[in-house]
Amino acid sequence: MNILVFLVPCSLLLGLGALAAFVWTIRSRQYEDMEGDAARVLLDEDDMQTK
Amino acid sequence: MSLTAYTGYESVPKETPDSNQGKMNPTHHLVLPGVHCVGCIHAVESTLAALPDVYSSRVNLSQRRVSISAATDADPSHWITALSSAGFEAFEAEAPQDRQDDDLLLPLGVAGFAMMNVMLLSVAVWSGAIDTTRDFLHWISAAIALPATAYAAQPFFRHAWSALSVGRLNMDVPISLAIILACGMSLYEVAQGGEHAWFDAALALTFFLLIGRVLDQRLRRRAKSAADDLAALEPSRVLRIEEGERKSRAIAEIAVGDKLWITAGGRVPVDAILDTDEVKIDCSFLTGESDPVLRRVGDPLYAGEVILSGPVVLRATAVGQDTTLRRIAQLVTNAEMSRGHFRSLAERAAAIYTPAVHIISAGAFTVWLLVTGDVRTALNVAIATLIITCPCALGLAVPAVAVAATSQLYRRGLLLTSDTALERLAQVDFVVFDKTGTLSSRVLTAPSNLNEQELGVLRALADASNHPLCRALSNNLIDAPVVQISDVREEVGVGVSAVWQGKTVRLGRRSGNESDVELRIDKDVIELVSEESLLPSAKAAIENLQKNGLHTAMLTGDNAANATRMANELGLDQVWSDVRAERKHEIIEDLKAEGKRVLMVGDGLNDNAAMAAAYVSIAPGSALDATRNAADIIIVSGDLSKIDGAIQTSRNACRRMKQNFAIAALYNTIAVPLAVLGLATPLSAAIAMSTSSISVVANALRGFRS
Repeated sequence: MNILVFLVPCSLLLGLGALAAFVWTIRSRQYEDMEGDAARVLLDEDDMQTK
Repeated sequence: MSLTAYTGYESVPKETPDSNQGKMNPTHHLVLPGVHCVGCIHAVESTLAALPDVYSSRVNLSQRRVSISAATDADPSHWITALSSAGFEAFEAEAPQDRQDDDLLLPLGVAGFAMMNVMLLSVAVWSGAIDTTRDFLHWISAAIALPATAYAAQPFFRHAWSALSVGRLNMDVPISLAIILACGMSLYEVAQGGEHAWFDAALALTFFLLIGRVLDQRLRRRAKSAADDLAALEPSRVLRIEEGERKSRAIAEIAVGDKLWITAGGRVPVDAILDTDEVKIDCSFLTGESDPVLRRVGDPLYAGEVILSGPVVLRATAVGQDTTLRRIAQLVTNAEMSRGHFRSLAERAAAIYTPAVHIISAGAFTVWLLVTGDVRTALNVAIATLIITCPCALGLAVPAVAVAATSQLYRRGLLLTSDTALERLAQVDFVVFDKTGTLSSRVLTAPSNLNEQELGVLRALADASNHPLCRALSNNLIDAPVVQISDVREEVGVGVSAVWQGKTVRLGRRSGNESDVELRIDKDVIELVSEESLLPSAKAAIENLQKNGLHTAMLTGDNAANATRMANELGLDQVWSDVRAERKHEIIEDLKAEGKRVLMVGDGLNDNAAMAAAYVSIAPGSALDATRNAADIIIVSGDLSKIDGAIQTSRNACRRMKQNFAIAALYNTIAVPLAVLGLATPLSAAIAMSTSSISVVANALRGFRS
């Protein structure tokens, strides 16, 4: 059962990492315009670079 | 908008006064009803990037808006012109309100994180951990769950407290009770080395219910932003005469006594008196009659009236909330308030659910206490009952369906400005249409004695103009020969002129009599007939409504002969003619008294009272500000054939909501007896909660893709 001492913090760290990533997506306003961001993928690379 | 449309643009960010380019706060917002794809995004952003005074811009496709960074005192009117020549209608809008659902997203993330981790630990417990290992896992669960619920469940605690503090019960009371009791009791159990801890259940409850709340809030925000966008369609700028010069100003800046310059075709922005000798105006928004009215110098003009012969100079007499238009709009708002509170499906479900849960768990607690004499056992059973009654499925049943259905309607060009409009629309059995502006519009017809060449000139002139009358005319002249004209000049609200084979040709209002339209070819004058014709979508729309068992009727201020002719053409079931605004309202009230659920479709201010009295109301996007505000649903394009589809969607949605309640009830009939008998374990609660929530959401999403 000693393995738990290692694995439980491990799973917690992974979970916290995911939570931190989620907080970052909120902070960087990625839920502001989900339709638009999905469409922007289709914009040409070359066009984007001139921006 | 095709992808080939973006050539020759230049979108390198310009030198800006701020050093942090691209990260600047937007200073201006425009509503763009026409953007719908990646091509539009690109076309709009590159059009704006080419303008010298725009630092940067970003299109928000979900909200159909573009936010622009520029100098704070920049004038948006020439951006709007630039966008319109690129093919996009744009309107100046207020800055959007600060987003509120971000507040709920973070608790949702925290609850999700905590739930998953505690669930992992719980799986270990359920699969047979005992003694110190179980206590160890329980303590870690407690360490995660207590702070997580303390933070993430706050929205429920707040709502529950605000209900309790005024002596009422709402759905958040049993939810908060379940979460607090489950956490508190589990902590006590863990300290005693007990077998069952409910941490995962408390977190799952918080998580699933927060999903419902986020969806619900998204729905409200969409309705609110639809209402905001509509407000933006009204002109927000006007030319003010300042020391002899005409300056573009926001209407909010206009004060009583200011002199304003309005060109022909423009709407009067505020109540005013006329400074010009005389003017023909269209006050159909008040009276419903489209015949022009003559006003002389010193006569009052009211906000919303349209100047037909112009330009004119006005002096403002009432602005802002004091204008006649605003006061009428306010009356309508008051009428809507007194319409009586509509009890939505969710509210009715909560009204049954909340007392039932309290009674059952309190009952279970008392019986177990009397039978066993053990407070701890009795409390455990009561908590199991509270948790397992599955408010998750109930909390998701309505918002999941409503979001799916409103998104579908939104994609079809229907905006819902009230969050109960969907459910009300589903119950409609009687549809009343206004005539002028809703079912019919004025169109120009060419006299039959025109020769080929004259028809060709007429078509070329009509093609060159954006005026709705010309648009309709050129559609009718699709078979006319094509001729070349040059030097096209359009004078807004007056006419369009050009040169054809060296002769001056003109299509426009006849001087001296603004309601007549004439075609001039050099010296020849040909009079065009303006007559009322049905909208192309009207007949099919009404047939479809009737096919679905709805009673259709027309309510108009026009005379009986005209009204009957149109009603016969459309096959309407019933006609009221010669009806003034107040009488329209009475007729709707009478229908209501007969127990009819009336849908009123109208576009004029004279329909407003009737629309407010009706069970639910629809206005075309072209209607006046005040009318659109009175309507529950806006059809952006004015295409009436969408009404039938919208009713079907809303009925479908209500059916789905009821199915969802049935699913939730089914889970409860199995789970509640188990819980009351003391047989429920944290494991069975976790299974019941997850499966019911998932099946409810899956059922909601079924079939709402367009």
